[in-house]
Amino acid sequence: MKTSFSKTGLATILFSLVLAGCSSAPVEETSTDIEDTSVQTGQVDTSAIDDSAMESSADTVFYFDFDKALLKPESRAALLEHAASLSSNPRSVRLEGHADERGTREYNMALGERRANAVKEFLVLQGVSAGMIEVISYGEERAASYGSNDSAWALNRRVELK
Amino acid sequence: MLKLGKRLSLLLLLVVSSTAWSELVIRVTQGNDKPTIVAVSPIALNGIAVKQDIAAIVEADLERSGLFRATPRRDMLAFPSRSSEVYYRDWRMLGTEYLVVGSMRAIDGGRYELEFSLLNVTAQKREFKHSVRGRANEMRDLAHLVSDKVYQAITGIKGAFSTRIAYVTATRTNGKFTYRLNVADADGAREKLMLESPEPIMSPSWAPNGKDLAYVSFETGRPAVFRQNLVTGARQQLTNFKGLNGAPSWSPDGSKMALVLSKDGNPEIYQLDLRSNQFSRLTRHFAIDTEPTWMPDGKHILFTSDRGGTPQIYKLNVASKATERLTFRGNYNARASLAPDGRTLALVHRESGVFHIASFDLKTRRLIELTETRLDESPTVAPNGAMLMYATKQGDRGVLAAVSLDAGVRYVLPARVGDVREPAWSPFLR
Repeated sequence: MKTSFSKTGLATILFSLVLAGCSSAPVEETSTDIEDTSVQTGQVDTSAIDDSAMESSADTVFYFDFDKALLKPESRAALLEHAASLSSNPRSVRLEGHADERGTREYNMALGERRANAVKEFLVLQGVSAGMIEVISYGEERAASYGSNDSAWALNRRVELK
Repeated sequence: MLKLGKRLSLLLLLVVSSTAWSELVIRVTQGNDKPTIVAVSPIALNGIAVKQDIAAIVEADLERSGLFRATPRRDMLAFPSRSSEVYYRDWRMLGTEYLVVGSMRAIDGGRYELEFSLLNVTAQKREFKHSVRGRANEMRDLAHLVSDKVYQAITGIKGAFSTRIAYVTATRTNGKFTYRLNVADADGAREKLMLESPEPIMSPSWAPNGKDLAYVSFETGRPAVFRQNLVTGARQQLTNFKGLNGAPSWSPDGSKMALVLSKDGNPEIYQLDLRSNQFSRLTRHFAIDTEPTWMPDGKHILFTSDRGGTPQIYKLNVASKATERLTFRGNYNARASLAPDGRTLALVHRESGVFHIASFDLKTRRLIELTETRLDESPTVAPNGAMLMYATKQGDRGVLAAVSLDAGVRYVLPARVGDVREPAWSPFLR
């Protein structure tokens, strides 16, 4: 018993104090009242959510290496095609950045955003108006492939153009 | 009218789902080498109809701490309810070191009083007598209060059985996601739905008063920080910036919130004054700065940054904005959660490609791995500092697990449906 509490010196002291208190002082008689701590459910207004229409000819998903936000060479051809189409035919697009499940959720939110920004910078350099591009990160919250293995993770480290 | 109908059906769904998916079930997978043997005699009900087995709840609480083993009820020779009815010799023969006895009586206004005593079998004396009062629907609360008092008397550490956990579950059916934010008792019982959404819910964080939660919801199509009152259900959207709006963390006095915004181009730590609604920027670096958590002094914030090339834990002085790197071992240390002693950190640590929960002593700078599974994240320390809860994977499913800060005790709380993730342990509630 004693060894398990020896980690915290304070706990041991408190322990002895409690024992000491009990052996000398009269029996402690105390009471506690419960206050209402019931839990109420909140409401989401789902009417505000809309799915934006998708319009594509070239690949719209671009993949990344673990903990990296560098565009891969194989993404280049499709991105150039999108850049050309968006420059000549401006429309607003959304870049959704994602991460695989490894690592912490908020860090992965940041990583997903960094990846989406890498795609955005490429498109802007090719002449697409930055104002037409919205970047949003989902981190690891929206996996494309389920499973805790290399092939699933590779499919989840991605940016989707929508 | 249509909208009202939709609201109603949503509400119905909420009610149904909160019963269908309720109750996480706990399995203790590792306990203390030499647990204290405690017997909890069935509570004398004196004709009062009580649905719960209060003594069994107390036994389960104490056993879950790993520090106690309960004397089986079938071995008990008698069920005393007051100290005058106790034959110490009988209990000594069973190896029992402590005995809890108690009885219930009705008092004013539909309330009940449970009077109980802790008896030291070895010393043949009463350690204390205490009474707790509550309504018929608060029998579990009464049981947890008994556990708290017994635990504290024997270990010297304040019990955390009357606390709660918040967590997020995610289910996918026919390609459609449903995210839920739930609050349950620390033992997983009495799960209550706080929020349900088809869009992600993340990063629940308790206000120090134990009555408000902050979290991230994507319900507007983008991440935004919300706060929600547990008692009234009232919600308030706190942020609506371009880019990341995440990782909320309440200051120890509840007046401020640290959070992450990337409106300046990359993720930075901000402070939101909850009285004036003013945001002020605390970090300034092109790297990722995220996952802020306040130190108990209210003057420093710990956060994760990859400014050194890999994610590591840094300490920020809120007044001077000076930062100091704290972790150096390994190439991934993130999402610090501070124990109430203000000295022990729980964090996510990668070793040989595997993600564990580790403790890190701010004074000695020593890092100790606490868990052995491979995708462990979101550590949250109990308000008494005895255990920490975290999220891990069992097969392809996310589950919650707990481990003591000395790694001697472990248990798992599997959910029946879907992935469970991001536990947040409440502060002491009473």
